[in-house]
Amino acid sequence: MITTRGDFVSPRFDLSPEVLIATYYDQELLEEPRSIIVSDVSAEIICDLALKENVATVICGGIEEQHYQFLTWKKITVIDAVIGPYVDVLQAAINNTLKSGAIFPGVTSQETAL
Amino acid sequence: MKPESIFHVSPVFSELLNAIPHGIAFLDTNLCIVVMNRLLEVMTGYVTDEARGIYSEFILRSNLGSKNRMCREVLESGEAVSDDGNIINRQRKKIPIHFTLSCLHDEEGQPAGFIIILEDISVLKSAESKHHGLADETEILGHSPQMAKVFELMSVLARTDASVLITGETGTGKDMIAEALHESSQRARQPFIKVNCGALPEALLESELFGHVKGAFTGAVNETVGMFRLAHKGTIFLTEIGDLSLPLQVKLLSVLDDQEFFPVGGSRKVKVDVRIIAATHCSLRQDVQQGRFREDLFYRLNVLHLHMPPLRERDGDIRLLLDHFLRQFSDKLGRGITAYTKKAIDVLTRYHYPGNVRELRNIAEYSANICQGKKVGTKDLPQYLFQPSETSTKIAAAIIPPILSPVEPPQSAPKSVGNWTAIEKEMMVDALRKTGGNRSKAADLLGWGRTTLWRKLKKHKMA
Repeated sequence: MITTRGDFVSPRFDLSPEVLIATYYDQELLEEPRSIIVSDVSAEIICDLALKENVATVICGGIEEQHYQFLTWKKITVIDAVIGPYVDVLQAAINNTLKSGAIFPGVTSQETAL
Repeated sequence: MKPESIFHVSPVFSELLNAIPHGIAFLDTNLCIVVMNRLLEVMTGYVTDEARGIYSEFILRSNLGSKNRMCREVLESGEAVSDDGNIINRQRKKIPIHFTLSCLHDEEGQPAGFIIILEDISVLKSAESKHHGLADETEILGHSPQMAKVFELMSVLARTDASVLITGETGTGKDMIAEALHESSQRARQPFIKVNCGALPEALLESELFGHVKGAFTGAVNETVGMFRLAHKGTIFLTEIGDLSLPLQVKLLSVLDDQEFFPVGGSRKVKVDVRIIAATHCSLRQDVQQGRFREDLFYRLNVLHLHMPPLRERDGDIRLLLDHFLRQFSDKLGRGITAYTKKAIDVLTRYHYPGNVRELRNIAEYSANICQGKKVGTKDLPQYLFQPSETSTKIAAAIIPPILSPVEPPQSAPKSVGNWTAIEKEMMVDALRKTGGNRSKAADLLGWGRTTLWRKLKKHKMA
C-alpha cells in the first residue's frame, strides 16, 4: 500500500487523501494497482484500511511513531519518509530496492509536485 | 536578489540564520527549499544538502496542506501570514509549530522567493493543556521524601551547564529527568538529542554520534552531520552510556574536554557547544573497577550525579502513581473508572515493582482496559501479581530491608545499584558455606535452579 497525493507519495501518512494498492510476486505486478479514495482523512482510517486489505508493506511519507508502531505490531512492514513519484517508488518496491528515507528524482518543481 | 544569491554572496548569512532560535527555510518561487538553518535541520531530520531543490512540503510535512494558499495570501497582501499547525519529522515525531511565511523581493520589487519561520510551540501547548486540567504525560510525579530530594537537586542541576550522570534502575524515569533538565535549563530553546548507546554497533554509533564525511567508508554516499553537531548549543542525552565501547569512550572524553572532534573520515576538526547528560542502569563505578569503563571518563561525566530511587523505596508514591495513571487511562479510554478496591490496593502496594514506574503504568493501563465496572478489583489485575516468583521473594527479602534501614541512606545511588550485586554474591557465599560447598544443596537453599546458580557464580567469577 502506498499513501498518495496526486502523482506522489503523500508527504504525510495521516493526511493522505488516497492510497494505492498493488500486488506483486517475483518482481512482477500481478494486477493493475488499485486506487482507493480515503473517506475521512485520518491515520486511524488508513491503518484500518491496511489491515482490512491485508497488506504486507505500507509505503508512506512522514508517519507518527504510534501509527508506525501499530502497523509493525500488526506485522506490516513500514517503509516511511519516502519522497518521490509513486510510479517510481512502486517500481523500486517491486525490485526490492526501496528503503526508508529514499528520495527520488522529480520532486523539485511545484508544477510536478502537486 | 534571489535567495540562492544571498547565500552565495554572503556565506556569513547562514551563520546568522543558525544563531536564530527558530527553524528557518528559504524557498524559491516554486516553493522548493533553497536553504534551511541548523535548527530546522534538527526539527525535520533533513540536512540542507539533502533537501535543497525539493518541494518544501515533502521536507516540512506540515498539516497546513499545500502552502500555495498561504503563499497566495502573502503575495496578495504583501504581508507576513501566520498560522498554527504541526509537522511530522523524520524521527516520526509530531511537533506543534507556529508558522510564519513572508515574501522576499528582488531589486525590482518582484517576488524572488519566500522565507518560512517555524517556531516550536510544544512547551506552550503543554502549558495550555496543563492550564485546561489535562493530564500531562511528561510530568514527573512524586511526593515521597526521596523524590523531593530529586526535585530539589534537579532545580540546582538545571541552573548549571555541567555534565550530569543519571543513574537508576530500569523504568525509574531517567529519560524523563534528562528531558526535564534540558527543558528547565538555559538551553531549553535549543535541540535535545537523545542517543541510545546500547542500540547500535560500535562503528555505526561512531558515525551516528560524530557524523561522517562522504566516502569515509563503503556506503557513505552522503555526508552526515552526526548527533553532536545536531545538538549544537543544546543538550545531548546519552542513554545506556555503560554500553559504550572503550575506543568510543576515548573519543567522547576528548569531546568533553575540548568540545571538538573529527567526524569519521574527516580531516577538519568540528567545534561544538553541547551539554552532555548521560544515563545508565548499571553501576559505572563497578564497570570502572572491572576495566569496562574508563575511569577518567567516569569522573568527567560524574560531575553532577542524580540517582533515581526505585519505586519500592519511594514511600507513598505507589498509591499516588496508581491513582494518576488510572485516571489518565480511564479518561483516555472514556471508561469512567474511579478507583481501586481495597483488596486490589493491598495487592498493588505490596508488590515490589522490579520494572518500577514503567511497570506500574502498564499495570494501570491493563486494569483500565480490563475493568468493566467503576472500580478496579483484583480480577482486573494482571495474574502475575498473584504468583510471587522465587526471585521476587528473594529480592523482597534481600533488597528491601537494607535499603529501608536507616543505616544506609537511600540516596546513595551507585551504592544501592551495586548493593544488589554484592547482596547476591553474599547470598551465594552464605549458601555455599552452609552447604559445605555443595552446589546442588546451595541452589535448593537459595530457591534457584542448579543452572541459575552456576550462571550467577560464573557472572561473579566464582565458578
